[in-house]
Amino acid sequence: MNNDFIYTTFIKSTPEKVWQAITNPEFARQYWGNETISDWKKGSDWKLVSADGKDVRVVGKILESTPPTRLVVSWASPQNTADESQVAYDISMLADMVRLEVVHSKLSKEMAGRITYGWPRVLSSLKSFLETGKALDFAAADEQKCA
Amino acid sequence: MVIDEDKVFKALADASRRKLLDRLRRKGGLSLGELCEKHDMSRQAVTKHLALLEAANLVVSKKQGREKLHYLNPVPINEIYMRWIGKFEQERVLALHNLKQALQENDDEQ
Repeated sequence: MNNDFIYTTFIKSTPEKVWQAITNPEFARQYWGNETISDWKKGSDWKLVSADGKDVRVVGKILESTPPTRLVVSWASPQNTADESQVAYDISMLADMVRLEVVHSKLSKEMAGRITYGWPRVLSSLKSFLETGKALDFAAADEQKCA
Repeated sequence: MVIDEDKVFKALADASRRKLLDRLRRKGGLSLGELCEKHDMSRQAVTKHLALLEAANLVVSKKQGREKLHYLNPVPINEIYMRWIGKFEQERVLALHNLKQALQENDDEQ
């Protein structure tokens, strides 16, 4: 069964900046509310950590890394690393826009339910962050909910 | 290449196209043939609708062998949502939505 999820957005930016937004913890914190931490070399570990550094949300390995066009990582909750899925980021130019495509595949039903809520928001926020310097509000809203 | 917001609204302003999006939301990765199966529309009409949805970036397609598989891309809809619903309204809007869903539980709309 084909249960991949594909998300794309067009961003007025450069591939290098989009790559940086995905791989730089300082940038990711601003639009995602989480930091993406790794040396981004094939075979290395990566993790997604909450902005306050207390909560590891996602863990995985770098499966493919070709800056600034393609990054493939494995994706699992630290509470259940057996339930592993895969995320591929593809960054390309289409005329004067960067096309960012995120394909989340090999998803279990449980993980699929969790990611479909998150990705559209993360990508909209990333786009806004790169185009206007401002992320979207949702990260702040989520923080409030936890408080 | 600019994803024109007008394209998104125009693409959404048609019941047949919304139905195609509903189908792709329930199950992604459908071929043109599969999408035609449960529609009263001709293959030609479905092709035309899909082209409009793709131009609006609401549908993304992937080649797999000889077939083209179609996926719903909800990111442009999220952009519309975020534009008019701020962080303070989100929870209230969601609460109303959940209430409505609960009251309409027997409806076929999901």
